[in-house]
Amino acid sequence: MKQWLIGSLIFVAILAFAINGCKPQNMATAVTGDAASKVYVAPGKYDEFYNFVSGGFSGQMAVYGLPSGRLLKVLPVFSVNPESGYGYSEESKPMLNTSHGFVPWDDLHHPELSQTNGEVDGRWIFGNANNTPRIARLDLKSFKTAEIIEIPNSSGNHSSPFITENTEYVIAGTRFSYPMDNKESNPDVSIDTYKDNFRGTVSFVGVEKETGHMDIAFQILLPGVNFDLSHSGKGPSSGWFFFSCYNTEQAYTLLEVNASQKDKDFIMAVNWKKAEEYVKQGKGKKQKVRYAVNRFDEHTHTATSTIKEEVLVLDPKELADMVYFIPCPKSPHGCDVDPTGQYIIGSGKLAATIPVFSFAKLQTAIQAKDFDGDFDGIPVVKYESALYGEVKKPGLGPLHTEFDGKGNAYTSFFVSSEIVKWNIEKLEVLDRVPTYYSIGHLCVPGGDSQKPFGKYVIAYNKITKDRYLPTGPELTQSAQLYDITGDKMQLLLDFPTIGEPHYAQACPADLIAKNSLKIFKIEENTHPRAAKGEGQAKVERNGNDVHVYMTSIRSHFAPDNIEGVKLGDNVYFHVTNLEQDWDVPHGFAVKGANNAELLIMPGETQTLKWTPDRVGVFPFYCTDFCSALHQEMQGYLRVSPAGSKVELKYSMGKTEKPE
Amino acid sequence: MKKIAIFLSLVIFLAACGGGQMTPPNQPTTIKKTSSSPEDDMLAQGKGIGEVKSVELGTPLDQARVGRGKSIYDMKCSACHKLTAERVVGPGWLGLTKTRKPEWIMNMITNVEVMLEKDPEAQKLLELCLTRMPNQNVSIGDARDVLEFMRQVDGEK
Ligand SMILES: [Cu+2]
Repeated sequence: MKQWLIGSLIFVAILAFAINGCKPQNMATAVTGDAASKVYVAPGKYDEFYNFVSGGFSGQMAVYGLPSGRLLKVLPVFSVNPESGYGYSEESKPMLNTSHGFVPWDDLHHPELSQTNGEVDGRWIFGNANNTPRIARLDLKSFKTAEIIEIPNSSGNHSSPFITENTEYVIAGTRFSYPMDNKESNPDVSIDTYKDNFRGTVSFVGVEKETGHMDIAFQILLPGVNFDLSHSGKGPSSGWFFFSCYNTEQAYTLLEVNASQKDKDFIMAVNWKKAEEYVKQGKGKKQKVRYAVNRFDEHTHTATSTIKEEVLVLDPKELADMVYFIPCPKSPHGCDVDPTGQYIIGSGKLAATIPVFSFAKLQTAIQAKDFDGDFDGIPVVKYESALYGEVKKPGLGPLHTEFDGKGNAYTSFFVSSEIVKWNIEKLEVLDRVPTYYSIGHLCVPGGDSQKPFGKYVIAYNKITKDRYLPTGPELTQSAQLYDITGDKMQLLLDFPTIGEPHYAQACPADLIAKNSLKIFKIEENTHPRAAKGEGQAKVERNGNDVHVYMTSIRSHFAPDNIEGVKLGDNVYFHVTNLEQDWDVPHGFAVKGANNAELLIMPGETQTLKWTPDRVGVFPFYCTDFCSALHQEMQGYLRVSPAGSKVELKYSMGKTEKPE
Repeated sequence: MKKIAIFLSLVIFLAACGGGQMTPPNQPTTIKKTSSSPEDDMLAQGKGIGEVKSVELGTPLDQARVGRGKSIYDMKCSACHKLTAERVVGPGWLGLTKTRKPEWIMNMITNVEVMLEKDPEAQKLLELCLTRMPNQNVSIGDARDVLEFMRQVDGEK
């Protein structure tokens, strides 16, 4: 009871600080004179960086140009998107399939760019789904979601999808521990048996080098705590992965107080090379689970979903030298490894210090068995033995750190709403700037790789009171761009974002732009119902299913008159866009459609299922302004009563009177 | 934005036609004849503008080319061009190889944006059809095959 009270008081004190502390004293001096010229990108000129920003609860990812902050595209990942028909078209529906069935929404927190030799390579970007645990891989040639894998034995897939130096693995750590057994998991047990029954896992998802195809290589079974963030080792710490954990109190109610009791939680160090050895030696145990692997084929323009039923689990209680805990103050969030790979930086959400751990010291401590007992069978390395040093009084509530490649670290402080720049070797604070307002993650282009392109740091803010025109109770969240080329950070710009800009990655534009796909080659379209040329346009009946093989080109559909559809039929419009010109998609919409429209890229085939609910003549049209005669791009489909004698027929360019 | 630009330029076209002025915009009313570039020479010879400078036509027709040309036509061209003289979205193909130089036809297929910007004959067609011919990403080799197919359409053996 007393502990409870103290905890509450601390929480209230921090909250009070947050409310009063987040608003800067003098906004007028926040931006200096030449900021606008530094972010101005003239019409016809390109931005220097791509910035991939998570859409949080929108389930999507957004692409901005830097330094302008202009929104270039919203990429649908885990949420259906009526703009393009993603998740609505017959071809894309399988992308959102899971062991729970069709899940059309999620909470995307962390984008992660693929790397080769520890450097950003511009091939793919990964994103995590927190709610129904999944990892997506987006192809940066087509800017489409190419693959989604569900993670079994996981709830709240938060420390994800961080990657190893050559994208050998993307990882997925569960935020919520929960009971799991060997019979497709999650048995019915009393919640107050948390300590006995609840477990956590981290998953290593293998990524095939050429295709990017993902599958779960192995999972590690862990004590019941909450896993928050993670990062790969690099250089000297290659072969290791680090995760932050909180709630080592193993509380299961009112965590805001009960998970903040201990002075220190843990950074978990995983030797994944060792784990690989155990896998090779057959030491893992196969467990029965169910999870979906969904892949989009660029040639058939169609996704397939496969349910898998087994996963390999390693137990560190039985397999030594694989997992260690390092104490870390106080409810750590960020877990970041500097570009040299020597230092691991933990950030306690409730701490007023930043602990910097040394990988070399950690190895020495492990060899000397310099342990402070164990936690649920896993050795706990002594804090001082792994510690390189602490940054004293940097601010309140450090969250996440990225690096400029020049020996400096940039840490976000949620509670005191600021970015603090500090020197890693010297542990000295060099500069601090306010953010407007409560910052979560931050991003330096390439800032979690071995080779940051340290020109900017971007803050991703949760609260924007008074920064923009009001839009009712809900205001946009925002990103802020700071120049970090000088000794002092300089605020240049803030720009609104979609959903929640939780975390982001950025890289030089030329890594990606040069490979960008302009069209899908129609010669390579292997969609089974493609009409590759107007000569192949047709309508076929198969029982109650009517398949329309339709083509679109500026400025007409073929066929554009269809009769003989009857009530009770399902109509499948398979629309092939015959254009082979960049930036000429065509849309397809039909009156009364219960799902969405389609937006079909040049050379692509997409299918809209439409079930007429009444007799009549229904227009369909192109929704994307494609030419001067776009408005004329339309057609009619006639629906007759069930059992009617109207023959199935279709045409285009025929205007005779009926016989 | 690009789409709006295309639309606006067509609106200007329409307005210009409505006013009885047939001079397309961006076209100088007087052409300096002082020095002639290779581009001007091509235009003057009715070959259009593009990579295709000269084409050798053979007889009899190369049947392999005709076959390939037809399948490209079916996939990428038939939506807008009939094999008769009837104009739909674009001009019908019948008789085209008799009235246009082979170089002009191949340049129109492979270099359509520049042709619509600079070639007076292409511009006349745009005024007639009001739909910009799409760039269908046809290679020079494929365009040659299409040309062979067009010759067959025109009755050549
Ligand atoms: Cu259209």
